[in-house]
Amino acid sequence: MAVLKAGTRFKSAVCASQIMVVKAPARDVKLTCGGLPVLELAAADASGGSIDPAHKQGTQMGKRYTNAADDVEFLCTKPGEGGLAVDGEVLVVKGAKPLPSSD
Amino acid sequence: MNLMMILEMAAGAMGDRVAFQNGTDRLTYQQLFEAAGALAAALDDGRTKHLAMLDVSTLALPIGVFGASWAGIPFAPLNYRLTDPELDALIAQLNPGCLVTDAARAARLGARLVPTAEGEYVAVGTREALLERTRAPGAVSRVEPWSMDPDDTAILLFTSGTTGAPKAAVLRQKHLVSYVLGTVEFMSADEADASLNCVPPYHVAGMAAIASSVYSGRRVVQLANFSAETWLDTARREQITHAFVVPTMLARIVDALAGQPDAGLPSLRALSYGGGKMPLSVIEKAMKLFPKTDFTNAYGLTETSSTIALLGPQDHRDAFASPDEKARKRLVSVGQPLPTVEVKVCDAETGDVLAAGEHGLIHVRGEQVSGEYRGRGSQLDAEGWFNTRDGGYLDEAGFLFLEGRMDDVIVRGGENMSPGEIEDVLLTHAGVIDACVVGVPDEQWGEAVAAVVVLSPKATATAAELQQWVKDRLRSSRTPERIEFWTELPYTETGKLLRRKVREALRETG
Repeated sequence: MAVLKAGTRFKSAVCASQIMVVKAPARDVKLTCGGLPVLELAAADASGGSIDPAHKQGTQMGKRYTNAADDVEFLCTKPGEGGLAVDGEVLVVKGAKPLPSSD
Repeated sequence: MNLMMILEMAAGAMGDRVAFQNGTDRLTYQQLFEAAGALAAALDDGRTKHLAMLDVSTLALPIGVFGASWAGIPFAPLNYRLTDPELDALIAQLNPGCLVTDAARAARLGARLVPTAEGEYVAVGTREALLERTRAPGAVSRVEPWSMDPDDTAILLFTSGTTGAPKAAVLRQKHLVSYVLGTVEFMSADEADASLNCVPPYHVAGMAAIASSVYSGRRVVQLANFSAETWLDTARREQITHAFVVPTMLARIVDALAGQPDAGLPSLRALSYGGGKMPLSVIEKAMKLFPKTDFTNAYGLTETSSTIALLGPQDHRDAFASPDEKARKRLVSVGQPLPTVEVKVCDAETGDVLAAGEHGLIHVRGEQVSGEYRGRGSQLDAEGWFNTRDGGYLDEAGFLFLEGRMDDVIVRGGENMSPGEIEDVLLTHAGVIDACVVGVPDEQWGEAVAAVVVLSPKATATAAELQQWVKDRLRSSRTPERIEFWTELPYTETGKLLRRKVREALRETG
């Protein structure tokens, strides 16, 4: 459990996924990827462990992920096989209406 | 958050794509990433706290923007049209730091820079030295990763100062990254897409374009010195698909195409414009000359990390084709706020939120809104709203109309009137191609309404005729008491009408 901070980067303990916190809630949260707690980007890679079959949604490059309450948001900066979850709730891709290019 | 993360994603996912092109010289995303790392290493000397760039757009520009972000210091693009004394005042605010410029300026300015009492100074280097050093094979990259602190300052932009002394707007990493994540889909551009960038680096649209293009994966073709002919030539040669222009540029492009059935640019899918008021006659002509092109009008400010409202392609077509005058008028609106920002119009005196159709001051709130000036702190109110000081109103459908800066409002006998409303009416006259309305001192009313009008070459409208034209459409107090005819109006290079100059000229001729 940890309080997240916008800008912090994490990596999955069981797949290649990397994410950045875009929007952080004020509460403590348990952030997992592939069913296991994520690691700080600079931490040593975890050994062993495998993706929990219930957390195999995968992450897609450049997509933003959020929960139903829309009080957390992460950006996938490197894709992987595992799915993201906060406090057990699997996160979904945040739909974005395409905007015309303005600059 | 850091702009470098955006570049790292681009370099990881599409490293071999061309990111920036200047003439025949190119940088791929991977090369840009490596050059930024080499620059960040060079800036890591324990004393450099700013990276300033006084130059037109070259490949050194994106390297500078990202390299400074990696090094954790602000990047400050400076206006190369300023005089040396004006530049001295800006450079003094960037001490200690490093200034990159062209060779002639480096030689001239280098001698002018005097160390402070503390022995700190701004070191001057050339663009060529930067490019050579950061692109050399085997150039050593900075080992230390970039900071992800959202509050780090990414860019300092000196506002154009059409009203007073220039001040530095502070754009933090969180503002720019939020803007990009909120408006651009990662790698959404096709590999063949190319955007033509002719906005100078010191304009917020120039800075925003660098971050947006990198995230979308769209090749940027830099055009350092705008002329309608070079713009058209480059767009044809490079098969440009996207471009951004300020209104004066579009007016010149339209003029250069006079007599031709269309622009002959079938590759151009999207043309966006912003940075000043677009005359209805120019946009209508442009839509005829570029029949297959999607037009987007973008409204934004330096303090809001660029675009906050958009009039999209479909909005343009709907307004253009509508028989309803109200809907047609939306062609000169700035469209609707981005989904990621909120906009409200407030009464200038009471601050109350106004209903649709009521005129007041435009306020904006959102993650990309900085509203901060260096040394003056944040100008946001307790709820996070930024007062743009732009006057305007929202119509019933939520389209935002601009009516100029609050500082330009004319107060005649206690009645507030916006120059924009009167200019719009003048511009609907067939003979008028440009107009500027200002207040001039008046003994009886405090201020009187005066107009400077540019007529199309064959038009013969008289002052009396134009006064009647306004009087028939607005109340008589808004009718200019004085109308002068000029051959052109004064604009900044980035398309802002210099009302101050018009006011001064009218005052002199009394």
